[in-house]
Amino acid sequence: MFAFVIRRIIQSLFVILVIGFIGFAIKHQIGDPVRDLVGISVSKAERDALREELGLNDPFMSQYVRFMKNAVRGDLGMSFFYKKPTLKVIVKKAPATLELVFVSSLIIIFLSIPAGVYAAIRPRSWLTRFIMGASIVGVSIPVFLTAILLIYVFSVELGWLPSYGRGATVSLWGWETGLLTIDGWKHLILPSIALSSIMLPLFIRLIRSEMMEVLQSEYVKYAWAKGLAPRRVYFVHAFKNTLLPVITVGGVQLGILIAYTILTETVFQWQGMGFMFLEAVERSDTTLLVAYMMVVGVVFVAVNTMVDIIYGLVNPTVRIAGRK
Amino acid sequence: MKKYWRRFKNSFFWFSFRRDPVAIASFSILVILAILSFSAPWIAPHDVYESSSIDIMNSELPPAWMEEGSSDYMLGTDIQGRDMLSAMLYGMRLSILIGLGAVCLQAVLGVLIGLIAGYVGGKVDSFLMRVADVQLSFSTLMVAIIISAIFQLAFGLAKYEDLAVPLLIVIIGLAEWPQYGRTVRASVLGEKKKEYVEAARVIGLPRWWIMFRHILPNTLSPVLVISTVQVANAIMSEAALSFLGLGMPVTKPSLGSLINSGFEYIFSGSWWITLFPGVLLVTLVVVINLLGDWVRDVLNPKLYKR
Repeated sequence: MFAFVIRRIIQSLFVILVIGFIGFAIKHQIGDPVRDLVGISVSKAERDALREELGLNDPFMSQYVRFMKNAVRGDLGMSFFYKKPTLKVIVKKAPATLELVFVSSLIIIFLSIPAGVYAAIRPRSWLTRFIMGASIVGVSIPVFLTAILLIYVFSVELGWLPSYGRGATVSLWGWETGLLTIDGWKHLILPSIALSSIMLPLFIRLIRSEMMEVLQSEYVKYAWAKGLAPRRVYFVHAFKNTLLPVITVGGVQLGILIAYTILTETVFQWQGMGFMFLEAVERSDTTLLVAYMMVVGVVFVAVNTMVDIIYGLVNPTVRIAGRK
Repeated sequence: MKKYWRRFKNSFFWFSFRRDPVAIASFSILVILAILSFSAPWIAPHDVYESSSIDIMNSELPPAWMEEGSSDYMLGTDIQGRDMLSAMLYGMRLSILIGLGAVCLQAVLGVLIGLIAGYVGGKVDSFLMRVADVQLSFSTLMVAIIISAIFQLAFGLAKYEDLAVPLLIVIIGLAEWPQYGRTVRASVLGEKKKEYVEAARVIGLPRWWIMFRHILPNTLSPVLVISTVQVANAIMSEAALSFLGLGMPVTKPSLGSLINSGFEYIFSGSWWITLFPGVLLVTLVVVINLLGDWVRDVLNPKLYKR
């Protein structure tokens, strides 16, 4: 087990190095740190001097090593637009995105488990057909369209909920949270429903198919033969054993939600990391773009490694198969 | 020709197609949409690429059946005074074109990489599959967004918009090849051990010949199965990129950029600029997905649960 964990961690460190390499290559090719520092109104001689001083004329590899060394220390360069260290900008925007992802995953968990279990237990009922049909349509509706329709119905026509921004936030030890005010919750409802709409059908189908497979197994048949109450068979014997694949696939999928926050945040002008990323693209803020890429890369790698390790802990065959 | 037709008519494929009303309905809708979109230059009431035919005075007209609507513009006009129906037909043509192009590219890339990884094995295999795993764990949408952002910065906005169609095909193709790579590799691993491959190796055929002429044809049915769904995914990715302003420009709109251009005006009540392209996009994707589900059931029942 120990060897397995170590190997996974080394692998993920390698992936982070590669992401860093790609990020640095982009910055090297497209970005212009001199412009980021002094703007465009400085003479060419001064710029060249600054270039030399910053070490921008050094060989590519030695610049890369310097970039990674700084990155490990948490220095990902200065943002051209904000005139602040990029990591600070990102950390300031992160709570908004994380709260959005958190509330959406709560919605996904509390809706998909009952719906998926029901669809597995009663595969022929009309409600199951409705759920499965709706989930095919749900998968096919782009998240930004859901978001726009929600805005049109609930903000423009009915006027019940606000359509953009985070509303009132409270600072909690430096964490700007909207979860503690009623206004913040009102602003959260539409974006989190929109964001969860993309993953909900996937989770329902996943839970249903896993549950149906478990219901076919010998020990469930045995439990029925013993004459146990249906509730006990369904929830203690069957459902518990569908949780493992659901958790592992689910962990990765919740990481993928971060990609979809770019879309939801754009529609709702939610001041999170995704919105910031698109602004950075529009402003050609290469440093900030690369920093975002690195941060999101590290988050993805961390989530995946953790899921793999948990899976290895619970299911020993993975560890052995991975050894070859 | 006649022989092949008879063979097709007697096949299980045709048999199960005829017996499945959902498959028939979605196939006919798809064919109708495809014909409509590719004949857009002839049947569309207005030419949306011709700036002289656009009059700003006609902007934001509602659909014909509403008050203030004009019978000239059946589904209303957008903010620049373009006819929505024509813009949607042209837009759907672009969406389908980019979707098909991207799927071709990712299929070629994925099949090639999957074949090599599966057949050569060893270090090459584990390297290529690690790359695929990492890319998939980032989600294809994220990869596509980041590549297109980089392309846009590298080419500059004007040039990017000129080259948008081929660039989008490349972006989506690069982002989604791992789906094919993994599928092909898995079936190559299954085929590699079989006797006909052994026999081919014994008579001394070259490696690439065995790979492409013996193994590849036997791995194609899973490729066909995922291709249908991948077209839908590529169309969705294109729409998402265009919506973010990283795809087709407003002057040459795809369905995604039409939705994007209508979004700002939804607050003033012009719902038709967003809703009609949206409904068309969803219909297109639903139909392809339903067809994909059916193809999967028919061709490969073993693949069903995954």
